[in-house]
Amino acid sequence: MLIAPDRGPVLQAIDVAKSYGGVRALRGATLELCAGEVHGLVGENGAGKSTLIKILTGAVRPDGGEIVVEGRPLLQHSPRAAKAKGIAAIYQQPALFPELSVAENLATGVEAHRAWGRIDWGARRARAVQLLARVGARIDPDAEAGDLSMPEQQLVEIARALGADAKVLILDEPTASLAYDDARNLFRVIGELRARGVGLIYITHRLEELPEIADRVTVLRDGQTIGTRDMRDVTRDQLIQMMVGRELSAVFPKRAVAIGEPMLELRGVGCVPAGVRDVTLDVRAGEIVGVAGLVGAGRTALARIVFGLTPADAGEIRVRGRRVSIGSPAEAIALGIGYCPEDRRQHGIVPEMPVSANVTLAALDRFSDGRPLGAFDFARERSVAADYVRRLGIRTPSIFTRVGSLSGGNQQKVALSRWLLTEPSVLILDEPTQGIDVGAKAEIHSLMVGLAEQGVAIVMISSELPEILGMSDRVAVMRGGTVVEVLGRDEASQEHLLAAALGGHAAPAA
Amino acid sequence: MTTARRTQLKRELPPAAALAGLLLTVAIAAPSFFAAGNLRDVALNNAATLLVAVGMTLVILGGEVDISVASQFAVCSVAAGMLARSGVPMTLLPLAIVALGAALGALNGVLVGVLRLPSIIVTLAMFVAWRDALRWATEGAWVQDLPRDFQWLGLAPAPAQTVIVGVAFAVLALFAWGLRSSGAGRALYTVGSDAEAARLAGIEPSRVLLGAFVVLGALVGLAATLNAVRFTSVPSNAGVGLELKAIAAVVIGGTAISGGRGRLLGTLFGVALLGTIGTGLAFLGINPFWEKAIQGGIILAALVSDAVIGGLESHVRFVSRARPAAG
Repeated sequence: MLIAPDRGPVLQAIDVAKSYGGVRALRGATLELCAGEVHGLVGENGAGKSTLIKILTGAVRPDGGEIVVEGRPLLQHSPRAAKAKGIAAIYQQPALFPELSVAENLATGVEAHRAWGRIDWGARRARAVQLLARVGARIDPDAEAGDLSMPEQQLVEIARALGADAKVLILDEPTASLAYDDARNLFRVIGELRARGVGLIYITHRLEELPEIADRVTVLRDGQTIGTRDMRDVTRDQLIQMMVGRELSAVFPKRAVAIGEPMLELRGVGCVPAGVRDVTLDVRAGEIVGVAGLVGAGRTALARIVFGLTPADAGEIRVRGRRVSIGSPAEAIALGIGYCPEDRRQHGIVPEMPVSANVTLAALDRFSDGRPLGAFDFARERSVAADYVRRLGIRTPSIFTRVGSLSGGNQQKVALSRWLLTEPSVLILDEPTQGIDVGAKAEIHSLMVGLAEQGVAIVMISSELPEILGMSDRVAVMRGGTVVEVLGRDEASQEHLLAAALGGHAAPAA
Repeated sequence: MTTARRTQLKRELPPAAALAGLLLTVAIAAPSFFAAGNLRDVALNNAATLLVAVGMTLVILGGEVDISVASQFAVCSVAAGMLARSGVPMTLLPLAIVALGAALGALNGVLVGVLRLPSIIVTLAMFVAWRDALRWATEGAWVQDLPRDFQWLGLAPAPAQTVIVGVAFAVLALFAWGLRSSGAGRALYTVGSDAEAARLAGIEPSRVLLGAFVVLGALVGLAATLNAVRFTSVPSNAGVGLELKAIAAVVIGGTAISGGRGRLLGTLFGVALLGTIGTGLAFLGINPFWEKAIQGGIILAALVSDAVIGGLESHVRFVSRARPAAG
């Protein structure tokens, strides 16, 4: 927009690659940042933005490629080395010490001590006042950081980065939780830093902000840099095109299934603490409804409401036509609802326990009810577990193996078999194929189709647009805690979904 | 559960070996330790600890702890004496005291399980509160002049002693079976391993923990009753130090203090080890002042071995997870 950056690159990432287990998070990310430039970085969920930031800040070591700072390759990868080179990052959630004062926060790690480690409180305070003035913040340096508002904390963080002589400042979705005025003020501060020659990387999902503040923009997709453009030469639609522009090469085993009665009906469902409001959605027997949206749009929060983890405080839920209130997972399970959470390692499985116990965990009653003394039926547990291992092709040395030692795909199949055993009428799958290999992915997709054919109503939350498009009968797009659009299989396209998920103009996230 | 069982047995090996070593030493140096009368005394002296330790194992498996058991024990003991004196028949009295213990346990269970307050603080407060409430109510006086049928449950001493030890072992066997072979046992292990995962599988951690605290309280009540009938008066400071003994026995027995892993067989070894040391030392002619120091040493050794085993396990896990990322 204003002037083309002309001071030469201060930071370059050249062909950076990174894999986690078998999953390639980055496979050739290239980014060039000049001094005095605001450089937008955009991409879908999972495009590799966070991984790239973690590598630039030294939190993660790259498998390949090079990071060059002011013309010199970075040999050491550690947060300390990155900091020493003047690279600082500010995340969505401020990372100040909440119990310390603003001045103390600004002093940590950078302040020289006097003899015997004594602190020069006067100098510390003077320095804080000066730094806060540089970011144009009217904040009391003696206030406790935890008492400040979110935007104020953000400014303190920026001031802290300046105090550490940051040459490169990375801002990860800084406006995601800011009101309009605070965002304006942040843009002003960014403008001033830019004028002082700081290089800024600005990550955002709000594409409409970019023309206002960014000089150039780089698009990441599937861990690769798709291109860098001058902000003047590119439109919002072109950016979306670059973000999604992959061919739908993967073949999904989706088959047409007779759609039956509504199994799950949501009418104006909301939950204030979960940040979900006014969701209306039907899921019918045999139907797979994909739920698309950005991270934080309320998809997982909605699933947790339906499963009784954070019960709804507004609206009406019907299961198989009957109005219900779901106050706990146990009640949800009794109603025939199953929920496979995102990130199975977190809580979807119990890694310490064997495959067999993980499979039967949600249906323990069925193995003891009606037995003499309520004795657990181990023989039946073994045969049931062995049956699922065979049917789902779970690759495990035995049903007694600790689930934690299996591969991600096989862990997910164990998590799935737990719910198959409860014979649910509604199954909610949260990122069912995230981070698992292609073969296991295809197996889980066919399993889903098989369940739909048996009349299960499936809700599939996914950040992967091809998966959403390939597997869903209908797609619900969520933004700001509610469903903003429901599209039929034929109406949905990647561009349309992403545009709906990103939203129009500066609609602040709820 | 071959794999699971093998790793669990590994946890019970150290206390079993230590116990065997102690018994072997005593057998060589002082064989009279194994006289029937002495063994019976050892069993009788440790029956109450065993009952409390069984309940404590359940609570610790659930990932919590109860420090207030000694004070609950004192409340139940004094209540037993006073009820007996007021003429409550011996058929009803044990039931009443077990119910009282269960109620005390339920209070802890509601605060910890339902309100999610940290068990160590809640039960520390209860430990102090019950002990001082009792001191205030009894003014430190012991309950004397117990009716004849209270003594030894109204039986002759010998059969009564058999009943006391028999009840303790029956309770141990019942809960050992229940932990392994009931849905509730499976739920308890799951809650102790990962409460959130249990919740996502439809198991309500609050109810499971409440249940564990209630069972512990009931067993404390039972232990207090069976202990009180052995004496002619009930001291108002009954059971001082019981919480340390019970928790130590559970930890020595290989139950992970973080919950989710352990078995009652190990707790039995732990109680036996702690309960034999004192008498064993006396038979070996060692100054009994050493007993507490040795007990402390054993607890430390158990914790260190758990940390080393657990540390190795989590190190292996960490390396296997980190390697692909670091490579």
